[in-house]
Amino acid sequence: MVRYLGRRLLQAVPVFFGATLLIYFMVFALPGDPVLALGGDRGISDALAAQLREQYNLDKPFIVQYLLYLQGILTGDFGTTFAGRPVGELIASAFPVTFQLALMALAFEAILGIGAGLVAGLRKGKLFDATVLVVSLLVIAVPTFVIGFVLQFVVGVRWGWLPVTVGSNVSFTSLLMPAMVLGAVSFAYVLRLTRTSVAENLSADFVRTATAKGLSRRRVVNVHVLRNSLIPVITFLGADLGALMGGAIVTEGIFNIHGVGGTLFAAIRQGHAPTVVSFTTILVIVYILANLLVDLLYAALDPRIRYDD
Amino acid sequence: MSDQPAQPPPSSAPSPQPLLKVRDLRVSFTTATGVVDAVRGANLTVYPGQSVAIVGESGSGKSTTAHAVINLLPGTGRVSGGSILFDGRELVGASPKTFVGVRGKEIGLVPQDPMTNLNPVWSIGFQVREALRANGFEGSRREADARVAELLSEAGLPDAARRAKQYPHEFSGGMRQRALIAIGLAARPRLLIADEPTSALDVTVQRRILDHLEALTAELGTAVLFITHDLGLAAERAEHLVVMYRGQVVESGPSKQILAAPQHAYTQRLVSAAPSLASRRIQSAKERGTRATDLLAVTRGDGISEERGELMRVEHLTKEFVIRGATRSAKTLRAVDDVSFTVTRGTTLALVGESGSGKSTVANIMLNLLQPTSGVIWFEGTDLRTLDPRAEFAFRRRVQPIFQNPYGSLDPMYSIFRTLEEPLRVHRVGDARSRRARVRELLDMVAMPASTLRRFPNELSGGQRQRIAVARALALEPDVIVCDEAVSALDVLVQAQILTLLNDLQTELGLTYLFITHDLAVVRQIADEVVVMRNGQVVEHATTDAVFDQPTQEYTRELLSAIPGASLDIFGAA
Repeated sequence: MVRYLGRRLLQAVPVFFGATLLIYFMVFALPGDPVLALGGDRGISDALAAQLREQYNLDKPFIVQYLLYLQGILTGDFGTTFAGRPVGELIASAFPVTFQLALMALAFEAILGIGAGLVAGLRKGKLFDATVLVVSLLVIAVPTFVIGFVLQFVVGVRWGWLPVTVGSNVSFTSLLMPAMVLGAVSFAYVLRLTRTSVAENLSADFVRTATAKGLSRRRVVNVHVLRNSLIPVITFLGADLGALMGGAIVTEGIFNIHGVGGTLFAAIRQGHAPTVVSFTTILVIVYILANLLVDLLYAALDPRIRYDD
Repeated sequence: MSDQPAQPPPSSAPSPQPLLKVRDLRVSFTTATGVVDAVRGANLTVYPGQSVAIVGESGSGKSTTAHAVINLLPGTGRVSGGSILFDGRELVGASPKTFVGVRGKEIGLVPQDPMTNLNPVWSIGFQVREALRANGFEGSRREADARVAELLSEAGLPDAARRAKQYPHEFSGGMRQRALIAIGLAARPRLLIADEPTSALDVTVQRRILDHLEALTAELGTAVLFITHDLGLAAERAEHLVVMYRGQVVESGPSKQILAAPQHAYTQRLVSAAPSLASRRIQSAKERGTRATDLLAVTRGDGISEERGELMRVEHLTKEFVIRGATRSAKTLRAVDDVSFTVTRGTTLALVGESGSGKSTVANIMLNLLQPTSGVIWFEGTDLRTLDPRAEFAFRRRVQPIFQNPYGSLDPMYSIFRTLEEPLRVHRVGDARSRRARVRELLDMVAMPASTLRRFPNELSGGQRQRIAVARALALEPDVIVCDEAVSALDVLVQAQILTLLNDLQTELGLTYLFITHDLAVVRQIADEVVVMRNGQVVEHATTDAVFDQPTQEYTRELLSAIPGASLDIFGAA
């Protein structure tokens, strides 16, 4: 088990280097000159441009730029933005918010999705099941920003139940609505996945055997159906954590959250490699860790899976 | 005929009160096309301590009848009429709560397939303990564990206390079935429903488990309701037989009486088709077959093989697998150990053994799907190891497999036409038009109507699918067909049809069969020669008649005596 953990963590090392190199190259290959773009329509003097290029290492060949960047990271320096702000500071301000938002969204989709999916699966073909299926289809079909704006208007502006935007006021209450919007689509998927899985396990032979033993319906469902049905759902949730963190840009925009998505988007438009690479690499690492966690949970839920080598 | 004698049989306890009395039971399923009656007026009586078997092919309603008794009908199934009296209480229309009380405690169930009937995520001990707790066991955790170990060892599981901590995937099929028996009998029910309890197991394991179950239920005084498709097994294990056909009870009475003098036409067919009873090679054209072999040996006698008519020769075949265990050192498992035999053109060689005996490994090596660790396979004088990719492609065309599970070996997304046409297309045989003609010819060979072409595997029955699998194997006009348990998953009557089909095709096309099976009864019907394998080694190799009449090895004798019904003297007389 310890060996397995060690091996999985070691695997993250080449992934880290590969990801940073690849992303750095992609930003490098982006069309347009980031320095000239800084000047906008008014243009920029050649002397200033040259000075900026030197300051941000943009005059050097690609591989040198990359190695200088790596050297910086290993000594704790993530570089500075064109506005002069250290990238490290950006990370420290953007990630906690987004992380909290993503975790809340994950909790929302896991608890409500599994709960509603279980009930729907147990009552397959009944009214509740049909309703829930239609609602989840709607949620999947309607774009996130539509759901976001509608909720923001109705719950935030009309009814005044929850804060309309987040801004600098980051709290559980202010993030509640954004988390629901962010998790909405995945909630629908979790629900459908749980429903199918439960319905399938209900007709499994071992469930019939459990019933034949004389167990009550409640116990059959809790002990023999639910645990087995959660295995595919857990896989989905784990993979989703990474997607929730990196993909919150629309939600962050609607609710004015200064998180990862918005910062990353701005950095890509500016062609600022150190910011893009640092943010993306952290997202990659979160993804790797989330996947590792899923695999461990997997083994806890399913005794047939053992990591012993 | 559909009723049973009202008086209890003489062998049971002198209790006039029946334990289970099913009268005019009707069960229906609602499908997309309407209501289908699966059971249409079944009658059945079980007295305390008596053993009764319901016999019939799949779809006859035998399992449905038994499941109706404990209200465990699958899907849309429901009891639409009749009565089920258990110990004088009416169970039709009883509340869910009543059934929770009856299940486990008064009526136990040993289900059909041990591989799918235990929950893979809970330990064996947990699942047995649960059966105790649900039925009023109120001891401490330690007492419960002790009782679990007791129940498991009573069901014949060695080292039960330690085994109870293991999970189903760490158990073999036979051990799982023992665990399921322990669960079924945990609360000491008065009636045990055993639904094909051993049909998924090897014959020898099957016999040990059934012997054990019989002894155990006799000791506990439990009545047993067997459900089986195997008439031999039913007759051997139950005092009373109930034969079901298409949802109705067509005949019932004492076992021996039914076997000796079957009244209903269906029972008569069943008795004559039971492989354990039909004891001779299907002889339709064996003489012609032998002549064809001689003829072939003459025409192809160009010196490539020393022996007359030899097609394939296996020499000192050994295959080792590396298994990764919990310990770090890798262990090797010798699955096939120095096996040699020859396959004669135009004949059938059966490779017999229990699961784990290495017979399927030999087959896979002969299909060139697996590389041997050492040893040589000669095919018409060519060493299989020396085949270049092109020659291997040609070899594949001449040696075709038919697999065990007709549900798994046909692509569900391919129409029957596409399934049959694919090998022809892959091997670039003819043009589209001639391929179409060939596919129709193939269907004709396996006696399937041309209308099947546009259908998909899920629209066919198991027997029909296996016919398609045979047709697919024949598409490329192979010399050898390797049948890996090709009829094991089929009902006896369908099994007999497929075996006859294979036999006729052999005579017509001069095919050579390699028949891999654990079922000696099937071997007797189809094989000319038998190779008995155990733990990777050949323990006996002789002609079929010799093996059946004078087995020289103890192990072969054990296999033979394990055939259900073999010990019943009635067959000797019949």
